[in-house]
Amino acid sequence: MIESLTDILATTVLYMTPLLLAAMGGLFSERSGVVNIGLEGLMTIGAFTAVVTTLETHNPWLGLVTAMLAGMLFSIPHAIASITFKADQVVSGVALNFLALGVAVYLVKSLYKGSGQTPDVQDVLQAMPIPGLENIPVIGPALFRAFPTTYLALIIVFIGYVVLYRTPFGMRLRAVGEHPQAAETMGVNVYRMRYTGVLISGALAGLGGASLSIAIGSQFSESTIAGQGFIALATLIFGKWHPFGVLGASTFFGFAVALALKGQLIGLTTYVPSEALNMLPYILTILALAGFVGRAEAPAAIGKTYETGGR
Amino acid sequence: MQVLSKINKQSSFFASLISVIMGLLVGGVMMILAGYNPIQAYIALFQSAFLQPFDIGETIRSITPLILTGLAVGLAFRTGLFNIGVEGQFIIGQLAAVIVAIKLDLPPVLHAIVAVIAGALGGALWAFLPGYLKAKRGVHEVITTIMMNFIALYLSNLAVTEWLTEGADKTKNVPESASLHWSFLSQMFDGSSVHFGIFIAIVAAIFMYYLLWKTTTGYQLRAVGFNPHASEYAGMNVSRNIVLSMMISGIFAGLAGASELLGTSGYQSIQASYTGIGFDGIAVSLLGGNTPFGIVLSASLFGILTYGGSNMEFVAGVPREVIRVVFAAIIFFVAANIVRWASQRRKKKKVKESNEKAVKSGD
Repeated sequence: MIESLTDILATTVLYMTPLLLAAMGGLFSERSGVVNIGLEGLMTIGAFTAVVTTLETHNPWLGLVTAMLAGMLFSIPHAIASITFKADQVVSGVALNFLALGVAVYLVKSLYKGSGQTPDVQDVLQAMPIPGLENIPVIGPALFRAFPTTYLALIIVFIGYVVLYRTPFGMRLRAVGEHPQAAETMGVNVYRMRYTGVLISGALAGLGGASLSIAIGSQFSESTIAGQGFIALATLIFGKWHPFGVLGASTFFGFAVALALKGQLIGLTTYVPSEALNMLPYILTILALAGFVGRAEAPAAIGKTYETGGR
Repeated sequence: MQVLSKINKQSSFFASLISVIMGLLVGGVMMILAGYNPIQAYIALFQSAFLQPFDIGETIRSITPLILTGLAVGLAFRTGLFNIGVEGQFIIGQLAAVIVAIKLDLPPVLHAIVAVIAGALGGALWAFLPGYLKAKRGVHEVITTIMMNFIALYLSNLAVTEWLTEGADKTKNVPESASLHWSFLSQMFDGSSVHFGIFIAIVAAIFMYYLLWKTTTGYQLRAVGFNPHASEYAGMNVSRNIVLSMMISGIFAGLAGASELLGTSGYQSIQASYTGIGFDGIAVSLLGGNTPFGIVLSASLFGILTYGGSNMEFVAGVPREVIRVVFAAIIFFVAANIVRWASQRRKKKKVKESNEKAVKSGD
């Protein structure tokens, strides 16, 4: 029983990581006022780039870096379309998802002779036990024998909190997402802030995708991401657009995945089918939005295009 | 909402055409970068979509669901709603249709009609909740419909493995009596899998035109899309119209699911991820300017590209995913409305120049 508990806890932490990274990315974009439905696509590109880089260089750390860069690169079309050209942000995000999945699978087929998936990566990221802490019973093996990407994600939550709430940059970014006209009056460049927000979301979502493909998994195919980007979006909402809220929400959603995967260990699946457990995060997100599980308030200017001098 | 009403006004035939051409160019560049010959590939694509009667039939078959999902997205757009949930409503449409098809025992034709209606109602039901939450609690429909998509996917998988079969990964085939397969039509196209669904799609397009532009209800739906506050002030029930619009949108999506299931696949299987037909509807509707006629045209283009694209992979060796890149580029170009942007820029420049001249000459 203790062993299965540890197992479920470890699985929770494992699946929390990509959600946490991508949702932190989404946080920066949406706090600046740009909806990012394209997280799914950005994760896809990150996952793909990380695998190809690691296959070529045998260095997974380089894979993480290139995944972030590729994520940033692919967030540029979304930024240009929705900020400069004032396209509808949701439409542009949907287009980004088409683009990313199309490009990634197209390149996989072109690079690996028509195969729909990459070869297995041998040099994946290895779990990184923290000496001392890993020996704590139950939580030690679950929390302190995690992948480096998990520690990275947790550090990013704290950095994200400090940046958003304790620096002038963060205050300006949030101001642009709440009331861009007022921010501009105070001398903040709304366009530059929003571009920055979207680019950060690209980098972090790319990293989140990489954590799925070269830490949790070891290859890339069309189904590597399979909706994780949309769950990250739900995480962001359920976490009420706040770094610590997002941490809590991603842990909870990771737990739901862990229950669906490992539920049979504690005999849960005899009562509840795992498909029903899979639905849980989405049902809860709807309830949260509808105000039954605490009200989720979006940044005020989210989804609205901004024009200098407009009212 | 105000942003969405812009979507309804912005696309002209010319702008759409330019966007399509630029999209195909982007695809061509992608092919060159990976070392393929784009001209050869595009010739293979368009030839294989039309060369044989069989291929024409298959092309029509792949156009069918795109018309219906395009109408679903387009109708919601008209009321200022972004129904990303077409994918989920499509799945529920499939599920409802397959349940009626394999659980009920009805005479031919009637069986098919009941199954199609069940699919439509399933889609409407699935769209009702996001519409209701939007109208009554102000919850943004984009997020709720994305969540409903996942719930639909898992619900359908659950139904297939737990209720409709005993742990199998697909249901049995729908009986002849409920099938939309029509051998007369199929033989016209050399035994291709084109089915009765295309007529459902065309009737749906005509219905959307009639509803939106020839009835009071349609006028209200569009008015709410243009300006909900003014509509409310004029005495229209905005909440009711939002829910109604989502449900009609869901009906179209459900019809798409039912028609695909009863006409093309013939069974429901467990799915790891979406079919993508619902998301394609967004591209179809945007390119078609959210008008029924435009949607039929753009669905035809996307259908040709989809079916031709899969043959292109066999003939010219170019991965068919390049077509998804073309779709993406087209949506970006239509959404960013580059044509209008370019003309505005020119206008602004002219105004600026004439202002400068005026300043210089001291007027």
